[in-house]
Amino acid sequence: MTSLAPTLIESTLQPNITLVLVTVGLVAAGTALALDRSLVRVLLGMVLIGNGVAVLYLVISGRAGRAPFVGEDPAAMSDPLPQAMVLTAIVISLATIGFLLALSYRLWQISGTDDVPDDAEDAHIQRLALEDQTSSTYDPSEASTTTSDELADEDRSPTP
Amino acid sequence: MNGFPVPDLVPLPVLLPLLGAALTLAFRRSPRLQRAVSIAVLAAVVAVAGLLVWRTDVSGPQVLWLGAWQEPLGISLVADRLSALMLLVSSIVTLFVLVFAIGQGQAESEEEGESETPLTIFHPTYLVLAAGVSNAFLAGDLFNLFVGFEILLFSSYVLLTLGGASARIHAGTTYVVVSLLSSALFLVGIAAVYAATGTVNLAQLSIRIGHLSPAVALVLQLCLLTAFAIKAAIFPMSAWLPDSYPTAPAPVTAVFAGLLTKVGVYAIIRVQTLLFPDSPLQGLLMWAALLTMVVGILGAVSQSGLKRILSFTLVSHIGYMVFGIALATPAGTAGAIFYVAHHITIQTALFLITGLVERLAGTTSLDRLGGLAVASPVLATLFFVSAMNLSGIPPLSGFLAKVGLLDAGIAVGTPLAWVLVVGGIVTSLLTLYALAKVWSQAFWRTLADAPQSPTPAAGAGDVGGVGDGGVAVLVEAPARTLPRTMLAATAAMTAVGLLITVVAGPLYAFTQRAAADLTSRAPYVTSVLPEEVRR
Repeated sequence: MTSLAPTLIESTLQPNITLVLVTVGLVAAGTALALDRSLVRVLLGMVLIGNGVAVLYLVISGRAGRAPFVGEDPAAMSDPLPQAMVLTAIVISLATIGFLLALSYRLWQISGTDDVPDDAEDAHIQRLALEDQTSSTYDPSEASTTTSDELADEDRSPTP
Repeated sequence: MNGFPVPDLVPLPVLLPLLGAALTLAFRRSPRLQRAVSIAVLAAVVAVAGLLVWRTDVSGPQVLWLGAWQEPLGISLVADRLSALMLLVSSIVTLFVLVFAIGQGQAESEEEGESETPLTIFHPTYLVLAAGVSNAFLAGDLFNLFVGFEILLFSSYVLLTLGGASARIHAGTTYVVVSLLSSALFLVGIAAVYAATGTVNLAQLSIRIGHLSPAVALVLQLCLLTAFAIKAAIFPMSAWLPDSYPTAPAPVTAVFAGLLTKVGVYAIIRVQTLLFPDSPLQGLLMWAALLTMVVGILGAVSQSGLKRILSFTLVSHIGYMVFGIALATPAGTAGAIFYVAHHITIQTALFLITGLVERLAGTTSLDRLGGLAVASPVLATLFFVSAMNLSGIPPLSGFLAKVGLLDAGIAVGTPLAWVLVVGGIVTSLLTLYALAKVWSQAFWRTLADAPQSPTPAAGAGDVGGVGDGGVAVLVEAPARTLPRTMLAATAAMTAVGLLITVVAGPLYAFTQRAAADLTSRAPYVTSVLPEEVRR
């Protein structure tokens, strides 16, 4: 895929500052939402980021112009290629967001909350760390370092 | 064969699976017909890919402009040596994993309980995944590459959350959000590229990016590389992978592990060689490669679940490929391509073996496994061969791939390259350690020695103990036998890994020719663009 008229782009690409600001605002708001714990907020954040990126494609298509039909003066028409690309991207993100919505509904069905859960393995390791336990595959007899359990034993029965 | 229009075959690896997906969706009431269609389609793709490999090697890249638009207006599909090889390896892997999944589906439907792979959704989604992977390999422009990524990602969302069980939903949410973010980054990259150059065609870009100021080109490069690095699971963007892959059904994990990250690696190779040959970013990529290797393998060493160990080795070995790319020499690129081919087959084989272990023992946790070598010597042999292959024991292909990369690293000879060479060797040894641990714990010791050794009958599943009217079940006796189809598919996958060792000479020569093509860039550009557009 390439532009109908590459020279057209080069001569007219003056970024529309309003659209750039809209992009920045949408992506920033989206990022803030995506950092939240609630999956619905994350989802809304993703929608905003996706829309921000879609607006970015309006920026790169250059000056607004007439509909790109055959017979139109190339200098007067808007660049159709970014529009074609962004349409594809919008359709894809619509489908993905729909899927994510279904996932978050299922998550709510299962756990009664839409908080993104901790990874099971991470939670396991964190629990072990809090309890000051070693992993079940860890064998203290093979290790040369003093473990905290051994230290605790020494505290109870100090050697003379 | 001379009059045969081979370029017309180029879209078939995308079209055939999509057509197959439509057919399997239509035949959803007839599992037998679904199976026949899926296997026929994927076998045809293997044949086409084989033909493309041969043809691209003989007469250069095969290009098809879709819709017969005047070049360079339309969408182009390009199969050069790299694409064709990736296509061949990936189609072989998808075919064997499909056979494995069919075997698993049949075995589960014969038993009581629900199937892990609901066939009605599985076949169409799986075929769409295959189409997406092929499309990404064949894409001749950045946006089509994006579409290929999205096709394969979307089917991977569905496959990862098959059945909608709690663990899969948890893993799926992380995976979908991370993928969405990387896709958004990729879109930003495409927008920036288009704004700077007025095209997204890779061949045209390779000419026009050279005219940009280095600062602008660097921004474009970093944007694209970050997006691909998330997909390829390169440290520090790799944390999503070990969290999400292990929960999926065994065949799904196998095909994900084999293919999805490698599509990201392929995209990095393509972009680095074709678009930004003057800016190899050697330091950045080498550090990323080193950290990916070391952090990944340390994760594998510390884990006690077989699926997680393999997921971490997967992340770790992506580092080898990035190392090859970072060297930016023909030898380094050739080594990276060979490593991709080797790693796709062997990682898939290991995950299929894990699926069989899970089926045999009912768990993949090393704390509760034991005595598998007695329970199934065939499975033990398959695991042993694949594990040695992955960790790079001579004379297997893992060894050859690593030697190729280390050799290329030594030839470059910068201090950082030497650090990477040492890091590569250490990673290889730690891989051996992690997999030897699996071998000694899951296969070699008796089940009674396992730390969380369950009561004898329960250890092998409840099926044998309850129904036999009080007859004591031996500790090591498997309650379930391994279905022939699943075992055959796994054995075939392992055999493909060994075959890469056997044909390593010609294959390495092929990857060297592919790397030479990539380095010179001329074959790709001249075959895609007509004379008057090249400027």
